[in-house]
Amino acid sequence: MGPLIPLEIITGQWDFVIALLIGGAFGFILEASGFSSSRNIAGVFYGYNFVVLRVFFTAMIVAMVGYLYFSYMGWIDMNLVFVLPTYLNSMLLGGFIMGLGFVIGGFCPGTSYTAAAIGKIDGFVFAGGVFVGIFLFSEFFPLYENFYTENFLGNITIGEMLGVSNEIVAFAFVVVAIIAFYVTWLIEKKVRKGMTEYKFE
Amino acid sequence: MDTKIGTKRKPNYLNPYFGGVLLGLLILASFYIAGRGLSASGTLKLLVVEIVDLISPEHAANNIYYERFIPKDGSSILFNWLIFGAIGTFFGGMLSGAVYGRLGKLRIEKSPKISNRTRLIAAGIGGILFGVGSQFGRGCSSGAALSGTSAFSFGGLIVMVLMFGIGYVFAYFFRKLWI
Repeated sequence: MGPLIPLEIITGQWDFVIALLIGGAFGFILEASGFSSSRNIAGVFYGYNFVVLRVFFTAMIVAMVGYLYFSYMGWIDMNLVFVLPTYLNSMLLGGFIMGLGFVIGGFCPGTSYTAAAIGKIDGFVFAGGVFVGIFLFSEFFPLYENFYTENFLGNITIGEMLGVSNEIVAFAFVVVAIIAFYVTWLIEKKVRKGMTEYKFE
Repeated sequence: MDTKIGTKRKPNYLNPYFGGVLLGLLILASFYIAGRGLSASGTLKLLVVEIVDLISPEHAANNIYYERFIPKDGSSILFNWLIFGAIGTFFGGMLSGAVYGRLGKLRIEKSPKISNRTRLIAAGIGGILFGVGSQFGRGCSSGAALSGTSAFSFGGLIVMVLMFGIGYVFAYFFRKLWI
């Protein structure tokens, strides 16, 4: 029965070794999928490369379906797996700001680490920017302390919010993903035909 | 310069669907083992708190945001799951780069239409925005959008939809940076 660490089946002293291994696998997969290149990533916004959408959506539906399967088989107690709490106002603003950062910077924090790891200076600069951004946010925190926790909905799931089961939610994600894979494949083919400037790193 | 895509220099990447399956299984493994997903920006947050605490412990203790992340039992801020995860991410990326022949000299990747300086300024500004946004969003693409949504968090979905949606809204204005 899982999760193993919260149930103390694996004891605390192994925590950091496991964190290192999971983090290592994460970095390897990100880099091997092409996420150490900001131009690959930004392609999702201009139609010339949808690798982000493919990897992201595939990962999400595999994790969702697997997670439900593990729960159904009694291998994992879903109540012990962290559900990110929803602070609606703050998260709407956060998503907005990150979207802007995404299209300007071309990385997100995780991908910038892998870009830096293979020698890209822009990866280091992006990660440095994240550091500065967090510092600025923290220094001015009293200004938006109330906004930060406004409209708190608790650790609510998508299913609870929409009044359906999470199985239905996962099914909907799978359907949307398959449609998105097909449509973006068509778009990408069309856009690449007219492009001469872009080359893969 | 190579101008045809995928002819002369075909990039040596995993098939994206295969990469996605691996990433999904990794998230599942992380849920099963640790009861939590993946993360990235949390590490830099702890690093900020650590450095501020080193320079001025008083300032850190008086700021309610820093203060939340300083362990009450006096243990180190950096002795944390998130820090070890990010060290792993860095070296995992480096290993993949070495395996696939992308590990190389320090360099800047950019569109041929912009200068190195422009690219670095854009990367810095993008990073700062991500730093601020990830604090409001309770996580970045890894922790909130990907892992959060995979655990069916409504907030994770909000962050994901906004992040990509706003990217599309503003893509037109920043097209010179990329195409």
